[in-house]
Amino acid sequence: MDRRLTKGNIALAEGAIQAHCRYYFGYPITPQNDIPEYLSRNLPKVGGVFIPAESEIASINMVMGAAASGKRAMTSSSGPGISLMQEALSYMAGSDIPCVVVNIMRSGPGLGGIAPTQGDYSQAVHGGGHGDYHSIVLAPASVQEMFDLTIKAFELADTYRNPAMIIADAMIGQFQEPCRLTPREPVVVPDKPWALTGCKGRAPQLLKSLYLADGEQEAHNLVMKQKYDIIRDREVMYETRHLEDAELMIVAFGTPARIAKTAIENLRARGIRAGLLRPISLFPFPVHQVHDFSIRIKKILVVEMNTGQMLRDVQISAHRDSRIFFYGRPGGGVPYPDDIEAQVVAALEEA
Amino acid sequence: MNRIFQRPASLLDRPTHFCPGCTHGIAHRLIAEAIDELGIRERTIGIPGVGCCVFLYHYFPIDVLEAPHGRAPACATGMKRAQPDKIIFAYQGDGDMAAIGTSEVIHAANRGENVTVFYINNSVYGMTGGQMAPTTLLGQQTTTSPYGRDFKSEGYPIRMAEMLATLEGVCYSTRVALHTPRHVNQARKAVIKALEMQNAEMGFSVVEMLSTCNTNWRVTPLEAIDMIENEMIPYYPLGVFKERTGKDFL
Amino acid sequence: MPYIVIDSERCKGCYFCVKYCPRNVIRESTMHNKTGYFPAEFIHEQEDRCTGCKTCAIMCPDTAIEVFK
Ligand SMILES: Cc1ncc(C[n+]2csc(CCOP(=O)(O)OP(=O)(O)O)c2C)c(N)n1
Ligand code: SF4
Ligand code: SF4
Repeated sequence: MDRRLTKGNIALAEGAIQAHCRYYFGYPITPQNDIPEYLSRNLPKVGGVFIPAESEIASINMVMGAAASGKRAMTSSSGPGISLMQEALSYMAGSDIPCVVVNIMRSGPGLGGIAPTQGDYSQAVHGGGHGDYHSIVLAPASVQEMFDLTIKAFELADTYRNPAMIIADAMIGQFQEPCRLTPREPVVVPDKPWALTGCKGRAPQLLKSLYLADGEQEAHNLVMKQKYDIIRDREVMYETRHLEDAELMIVAFGTPARIAKTAIENLRARGIRAGLLRPISLFPFPVHQVHDFSIRIKKILVVEMNTGQMLRDVQISAHRDSRIFFYGRPGGGVPYPDDIEAQVVAALEEA
Repeated sequence: MNRIFQRPASLLDRPTHFCPGCTHGIAHRLIAEAIDELGIRERTIGIPGVGCCVFLYHYFPIDVLEAPHGRAPACATGMKRAQPDKIIFAYQGDGDMAAIGTSEVIHAANRGENVTVFYINNSVYGMTGGQMAPTTLLGQQTTTSPYGRDFKSEGYPIRMAEMLATLEGVCYSTRVALHTPRHVNQARKAVIKALEMQNAEMGFSVVEMLSTCNTNWRVTPLEAIDMIENEMIPYYPLGVFKERTGKDFL
Repeated sequence: MPYIVIDSERCKGCYFCVKYCPRNVIRESTMHNKTGYFPAEFIHEQEDRCTGCKTCAIMCPDTAIEVFK
């Protein structure tokens, strides 16, 4: 298999092209600028459209227009820009319009630095926009996953007619790794009979989120909930490492999960049996998997590059007798393997 | 005996939700007539803003996308780029376009997006109860300018048709009014022209229509007609501010 | 003879048609419709004065008027 040294953001952008995304709209913000730069060069070569939009609000609404036309469309940004997109994301969720939005996170609150961080977990997974909805959220931890999960995100978005987000920290976006830049399986774009293409030969169609008649909005929300339940059932993605005999389970996504793997190898060399559960889909969160492993593995260490956002989901998922520890580096701090090892040892020493 | 005036085929036969005397209804009919006249119904997609126009899909037998407040020109951009063979129009109120959505309309116009915006200027936020908008006339009392709009604090009413006409990407910018038969006939021609220019791929077209909101102006429909003539038109002059005759892009 | 038909249930009583009819053959009805509006009505006693100019229909925001000629 031909693999090339590739930057994470570039792998993601190429993944979008391979996923037959032909419409990209975006506004510059570090640390994701490689994505629009790559697509501005390469989308025209495949007959696609790149528009340097006037703002993130415009970007996401352009995505809505292209996606409502039945085309695969994407935008990417970081912290402040993603905040500006929330209104339209909520509209798209409410109107069953699929799209892919990429957040290469920067720290915050506010303008925030560009060092690697995971401060937008809650925004992505637990809302962000208004109303009762979810985005599908995927969290790559390697350059290869930046490519593969982008294709997956488009597939999931289309299957469920729902926005899908990819959230990654700047480390994943910026570093280089060997990467296979061809899809593992042929990419199939489904028919979209719901698309707004003009009503020639059919009844007029409508994509809207406003339901005013008595009980209509509630009924719509319940239909959306059914969809989310199906997603929870079918689309959970996660990776485990050394959980078979582990006496402590680290739960981490993105960069901290990679660092945890090193820590786990070091610990095992010292005879300390730690293991890893790495959620790949953050919505749907691997609720049952965390729960089932936690029945046997009583101690859990959650490691994040924030002050404890995924932690809440682990607390909700884990068995009630679990002992849950947290180690977080917010605001651009990156955990070292030694730090994680020390946390594991301390957790195991506690009664 | 022939029927010489009837509801256009592109306007569905159902009562509107508009207040009595609201000329949104006339604007709807003019657009439907233009769609019929140009024979473009099956390839036209409408994008209403948020405001009293949001129920556009109740009235037009065409595909419709509901955009967030003020963002219709951005949605139209994405849609037109994805489907250049379709006729895409946005329909926005003055709150939608001249307040919350100024950025989107200016940049869609500046890029010369080949779409049409119908802009209903009734000088207030109608749907939310008649609050002051950037288009509210000086001295005009609204629910949030109870002492009348004062330029020292709220600035001057914004003239969108003139402003957009300065942008290179705009092929057609005009202001019409909907308060007399003569003006409605002019407006009808402007609506057709704007859509024709889109059909000819000439760029961004905008038709500003001075419209009544008698409910929120707290007057009768007939008094509202007089207000358009005596108060709005003196500040918002009618006319064509930009009209390309060919694809004479720079 | 030209004439108009006003859909009195669709009419919301704005009286734009009454104002602009150049022949004054439309007036306010004294009977309200189901929605409670007092619709406009064609004055049948003077119907021979209608010229079928369509002015009323052009001004009707509710497309409640049809014109025959
Ligand atoms: C982001 C956002 N802010 C505020 C509103 C509330 N809102 C709904 S309609 C409207 C004003 C509409 O006024 P205008 O565009 O002038 O249209 P009109 O109703 O007068 O025709 C506002 C402020 C909203 N829907 N979304
Ligand atoms: S509130 Fe104003 S703009 Fe809205 S329907 Fe009534 S008159 Fe028309
Ligand atoms: S213009 Fe139409 S709505 Fe108004 S009074 Fe006449 S028929 Fe009725």
